[in-house]
This record gives sequence, structure tokens and C-alpha cells, in this order.
Amino acid sequence: MTVNGEVRSADVEPRTLLVHHLRDVLGLTGTNVGCDTSSCGACTIHIDGESVKSCTMLAVQARGANITTIEGMATNGELHPMQAAFMECHGLQCGYCTPGMVMAATSLLKENPNPSETEVRIGLEGNLCRCTGYHNIVKSVLTAAGGAA
Amino acid sequence: MIPAAFDYVEAVSAEAAIAALGQHGDEAKLMAGGHSLLPLMKFRLATPSVVIDIGRLSDLSYINDGGDHVAIGALTRHAAVETSDLLKSQAPILAHVAGEVGDPAVRHRGTLGGSLAHGDPASDLPAAILALNATMVVKGPSGQREIAATDFFTGFLQTALAADEMLTEIRVPKVPDAGWSYQKFNRRAQDWAIVGVAAVSNGSTNVALVNMGQTPLRAAAVEAALGGGASAADAAAAAAEGLTPPEDLNADATYRAHLAKVLVGRALSEAGAG
Ligand SMILES: Cc1cc2nc3c(=O)[nH]c(=O)nc-3n(C[C@H](O)[C@H](O)[C@H](O)COP(=O)(O)OP(=O)(O)OC[C@H]3O[C@@H](n4cnc5c(N)ncnc54)[C@H](O)[C@@H]3O)c2cc1C
Ligand code: FES
Ligand code: FES
Repeated sequence: MTVNGEVRSADVEPRTLLVHHLRDVLGLTGTNVGCDTSSCGACTIHIDGESVKSCTMLAVQARGANITTIEGMATNGELHPMQAAFMECHGLQCGYCTPGMVMAATSLLKENPNPSETEVRIGLEGNLCRCTGYHNIVKSVLTAAGGAA
Repeated sequence: MIPAAFDYVEAVSAEAAIAALGQHGDEAKLMAGGHSLLPLMKFRLATPSVVIDIGRLSDLSYINDGGDHVAIGALTRHAAVETSDLLKSQAPILAHVAGEVGDPAVRHRGTLGGSLAHGDPASDLPAAILALNATMVVKGPSGQREIAATDFFTGFLQTALAADEMLTEIRVPKVPDAGWSYQKFNRRAQDWAIVGVAAVSNGSTNVALVNMGQTPLRAAAVEAALGGGASAADAAAAAAEGLTPPEDLNADATYRAHLAKVLVGRALSEAGAG
């Protein structure tokens, strides 16, 4: 599989979940495990640019896939516009949900570059945040959308 | 949570998947998007010893114009159904309901065929498929057969698929001018329906219910009442007739029966029936 632009290969036990492969084998611990039951979105990554919950996918199902994790979002030390917007708008408190939020939000903007506030809220329905009350997360995503336009 | 150990087989074609099912029998499970099967395996409620991955069969991921119907490959993801212009114009209820499933990340992985083959009475898509009178195309070792949606769901998580058969295509009749409605009642975004109602009104009216029995099912009493000339309000009052709704933390049977009546009433009125 290609992870953040690098080809990575490994033999994995079939039952290994993708999130564990990313964290424990490849050392990419930015992707978090929250619920482990596909509810919270902390483990969201991209496969071919689309958001996927990596706790609900086997590593073997990702053979040959093009994967991006939060570690692959910044380029040459410069934050991705979505990451910058989260920083600017205080879109995080403890930060646990943030990698998944950023990945879900960038996937959302790819499909809908100019979402309304309601569309952002619906688009992030699969990502839970225990701290922020979502308000500043939504503001961050709208800011990133405006900045990208 | 880690699933129990299993052997992994990556199918290169539908035929290879069917052959592998024949070889491994009851021990084997097909995996499409894995968004129903893998959660069950993580809880060890399912412990197949062989998993046959059909998720890469991209030739079974399509939405084509079939003349009087739209032909949808079993491996088509919910996100593709949701955004299909062909479905939005010819069977809009199906595109709408696909967009009601889970959240965007779930819809990027889960497949229409997987949702139907899983046969969960709480799922959204089987209700739309029932209300549309769709046809399932199924392949097995001795060839292909067709199963009407109304004959497909046979018991709790049980379908008319034999152990060595695979769902390959779903044929949805074109109903561009039909009235339709999907009523999904839940408490939080992304949740499953506590009760759901799909209605398609095209001359006669088909009504299907989510989470009102052991299987996804048609509201036979409502349809019979409408057919007999009852008003929408009277027909809706029959929504739970003859049914044994499940009971869980969200709702007991009485509450579900009440919800079904209210939601069928709303669905019939939105679909312009009765
Ligand atoms: C967090 C979360 C929320 C969800 N919310 C909803 C919701 O609100 N509403 C809803 O309806 N669904 C919901 N789902 C379920 C989702 O729609 C699943 O994607 C779908 O039910 C199963 O599709 P799959 O492709 O992932 O199937 P899999 O999990 O791969 O397979 C499911 C079953 O079908 C069999 N199977 C799969 N494909 C075939 C085939 N072609 N032929 C024969 N057998 C086959 C498998 O062997 C297995 O038994 C949710 C799932 C998650 C994880
Ligand atoms: S850890 Fe994957 S959705 Fe919560
Ligand atoms: S910032 Fe703490 S969970 Fe979202």
C-alpha cells in the first residue's frame, strides 16, 4: 500500500485492523482509536481521498490502496489549509478527535467545496467531539472552504 | 477488539468467489464493504474461518440504464448510489435512502449488495428496495437466477441466497413520476432507524417498514386497505397490524407500533397516496 506517498509493504495477519497496522506497524500514531465500533470517527483516514473509518477495515482490504493519514496532510512543514483553519479558529481543545475531524472535513470539501453550515454539520455526523461543542470545528471547516475558494 | 483468526481469500471474479464458497461451505463468509460483517466479527458474534473478499470486484460496481429498469452492481457503494444522476431521476427514493445510511465514511465503504444480503430489519436500503419492487440477480455454481425483493428476506439476517450463491445485481424499475417518501425516525444523527417507512406511489402504493419485525417487510395491511379504497389516514392506522415489532433499549413494541402508524401517515401524505 502507499501511505502518505510512500510505498509500504508488510505481511499482516488477516485479522489485523487497518488502524492497528497504521499505528503499531507503521508507527503513524496520529490516527486515534476512540470507540473501536465505527461510531466516533477518531480513526478516520483517506483511501483515494475519501474518508474511511480505519477501525472498520482490515489491513488486507487496503492492499494496493492509496492511503493518507493526518501525518501526510502537511507539505514541506506547512500545515494543510484545513489544519491551519482548525488552529486559527480554535477548532480543538484536547485534540483527540482532531485528526479524524481534519480527515473527514477535507473529504467533505472534496465532494462539496462550498458547503453551508448545515451541510458541514451533516457531513461531520460520523465524527464525535467531547470537548468543543462543535461550534469552532464547523467554523474551521467553513473557513478552510472559504480560503480554498 | 480483534476478530477471531480466519483465512483470507481475495476473489478475483464473482465466479472465483462462488467457487470458494462452494469449497469452504458454511465456514466461509463473503466480505464486500465489511461494514456489517467486520463489526460482528470484532464482537465475535460472527467467527467465519474463511473470509472471501469481494470488495475489489470493480466490474460489479456500476449503475447502468437497463431500459425499463436501472441495473446496479452489488458492489456499488452507498455513496455512488446517493450521488447517481440516473437514480436521482429514475428512482429518487433509492438515492435519497442511500444518503440516509450511517455517515459519509460508512457510505464510502458499504455496498448496496452487502446491505441487502445482510438482511437486517433495521437497515434502510432493504425498505427502499421492497417499496420499489426491485429484482435481485443472484449467481451460483449452476448459473444465474432472479429473486423478487418481496421473496428475498426470509428471516432474521436470513435471505433466499443459498450458501454458495452471491448477489450480483439489483434491478430497480424506473419510476420517474412516482410519488415517494422515506421517513426515518431516530434520535441522533448517523443512528439506525428506530422505525422507518418507505412509500412509492405509482398508481398503486407500496409501503415497506424498517425495524417492525424479524425482516425488512412490506406493510401488507396498509397496502390492502389502500387497495380497498381506504383513506390514507385509515390505511395508516393499520400500519402495525399483524406485526411483532422488536423491543430494545430504544423502544418497546407498543411505541414502535405507534411510530409506524404516525410515520406511515406522513409517508402516504408525502408520497401523495390515498
Ligand atoms: C457506524 C455504522 C453505521 C451504520 N448505519 C447504518 C444505517 O443507518 N442504516 C443502514 O441501513 N445501514 C447502516 N450501516 C450498515 C451499512 O449500511 C453496511 O455497509 C451494510 O449494511 C453492509 O454492506 P457491506 O458492503 O459493508 O457488507 P459486508 O459487511 O461486507 O457484508 C454483510 C453481509 O452480506 C454478505 N454479502 C455481502 N455482499 C454480498 C453479495 N454480493 N452476495 C452475497 N452476500 C453478500 C456478507 O457475507 C455478510 O454476511 C452502518 C454501518 C456502520 C459501521
Ligand atoms: S475508533 Fe473508528 S470510529 Fe471510533
Ligand atoms: S477536542 Fe477533545 S474530543 Fe474534540
